[in-house]
Amino acid sequence: MSKLLKAAQAGTVESSDILISLMPAEAATGIQVELVSPTLQQYGKHIKNLIIETLVFHGIEDVQVYANDKGALDCTIKARVKTALERAGE
Amino acid sequence: MKNSIGREIPDFIPGLGKVTGFGGAFAYKPVGRTAGATLTTCLPRADKLLASIETAIDAVGLKDGMTISFHHHFRNGDRILNRVVEAIAKKGIRDITLSPSSLNTVNDALIPYIEQGVITAIETSGARGKMGRFLTEGHLKKPLHIRSHGGRAQAIESGAIHIDVAFLGAPACDRYGNINGIQGQSACGSLGYAIQDAAYADQVVAITDNLMPHPLFPISIPQTQVDYIVVVDSIGDPTGIASGALRYTKDPKELLIAKYAADVLDYSGYLQQDFSMQLGSGGASMAVGRFIKTKMLERGITGSFGVGGMTGVFAEMMEEGLFKMMFDVQSFDIPAIDSIKKNSNHLEMSASYYANPHNSGAIVNNLDAVILSATEVDVDFNVNVITDSNGVIMGASGGHCDTAAGAKLTIVVAPLLRGRLPMVKDAVQTVVTPGETVDAIVTERGIAINPKRLDIIDKVKHSGLPIMSIHELKDIAYKLCGKPEAIGLSDEIVGVVEYRDGTIIDVIRRPIL
Repeated sequence: MSKLLKAAQAGTVESSDILISLMPAEAATGIQVELVSPTLQQYGKHIKNLIIETLVFHGIEDVQVYANDKGALDCTIKARVKTALERAGE
Repeated sequence: MKNSIGREIPDFIPGLGKVTGFGGAFAYKPVGRTAGATLTTCLPRADKLLASIETAIDAVGLKDGMTISFHHHFRNGDRILNRVVEAIAKKGIRDITLSPSSLNTVNDALIPYIEQGVITAIETSGARGKMGRFLTEGHLKKPLHIRSHGGRAQAIESGAIHIDVAFLGAPACDRYGNINGIQGQSACGSLGYAIQDAAYADQVVAITDNLMPHPLFPISIPQTQVDYIVVVDSIGDPTGIASGALRYTKDPKELLIAKYAADVLDYSGYLQQDFSMQLGSGGASMAVGRFIKTKMLERGITGSFGVGGMTGVFAEMMEEGLFKMMFDVQSFDIPAIDSIKKNSNHLEMSASYYANPHNSGAIVNNLDAVILSATEVDVDFNVNVITDSNGVIMGASGGHCDTAAGAKLTIVVAPLLRGRLPMVKDAVQTVVTPGETVDAIVTERGIAINPKRLDIIDKVKHSGLPIMSIHELKDIAYKLCGKPEAIGLSDEIVGVVEYRDGTIIDVIRRPIL
């Protein structure tokens, strides 16, 4: 799938977690990530890239992402993105 | 110039003038004499009682540019500081230097008076909440001047801080100005941080909600130092002054850190008959007490004395005979306040007795061990307790660097990660306590011993504890979180961190947020 069928989310806003919300986007609008994080300065670029990489790996080309990070590690971020994708594609 | 721990400190800091950089924990040799209050007289049968705070401000002749001081023993229940500043503002007095022993979140209410120019300089232990954020933005004429508790006592006694007027909240005060902190509705226990203020300020105003017949007993601050007395309805909110008993943490991570710290203390050989210690007030550092207590009971040993901001946890150990006595500069909870009231071996001490490096020997020099919390530490064992990972002021220096310098064994406890942020880093954001005075860093994933403590390294070698180098510890953190990008900083210095000896150990530059 290169675009989402429906909006979906995964994760929580508990400490050390991240809430990933995915919204379908028009074709050719690309992957747009809006990130809120307490570690924006230290890891903001890294987290955005990781979200984009994970989406691209799953063949997504167009999507709007809202990510509310509460200090999640990479493994958590990837897992939440993947789960949100599965829910969006049902 | 770079100081001895490699921090870039300008020779000249706007608002402060020429400064001396930190040169090592014991490098600075004090010269000169102690300062003192102006001479005064009080004629027989004079009445010190004044009608109001406003009258007292007139009586002391408070003027633009003066320095006023307060103690912070009422913590978040304080009803003195904000009220006095409000009264000063109403009189149109400006350019005041505020020199309280610390600030609490209740003092966020002072922000408008900084904006209006009533307060243009602050010298204190630290700041939290909105105030911390506000001061990080740099609204003062001079940088926020951060001193440790020992450093503040040192600065008052040397004259580096000259207090024009001390406004001292007095839980019990008699009609001639004798004060204690243990009687009345606003009892706070020890008045340790007010003792130097009373002795060295030019004028002292006692503000009380509990005027007692002369003479009261016991006396913490004597009538010889108190010029005026004002009676108000309430000097503090008891629920903000002290919580019920501070209890041990139940957080499994903190408990593991605490257990490791107690084990390091044990294997290092300091846990012996008649040992002395101080526990910081953080969750993990307090919890170390529980593990130490178990070890003491198992081994049938008792300690000599405890030091610090005191809690019921320590008072309980003393009452059970596990420690002979306690030196208390600040009583943290209601059981500690009750204990100082009833136990003659629970002693009130001044900030100078506690931690001043420039007298003939503060009690921290006699400590065997201290367990301290940290916001972050680095590979040079430097500790930050003042700014968060974004460079925002959110803590207080307290007695951190004082006890670390004095104790034979200084253990710093911290989680390896907070959220995603590593707490063991290449370089901490702001240094409060220099690494040369820190012996062990204890986290839930590993323990690092300062390489200069070969004796301890040797003793813990076969302990089975997860001992590793500080670089290995940092690598574990960075492997989990990734290396953090440096935060953006401006050139503007919004705070200076003074080491206990009066030299500048670090500066706080305004972060670009």
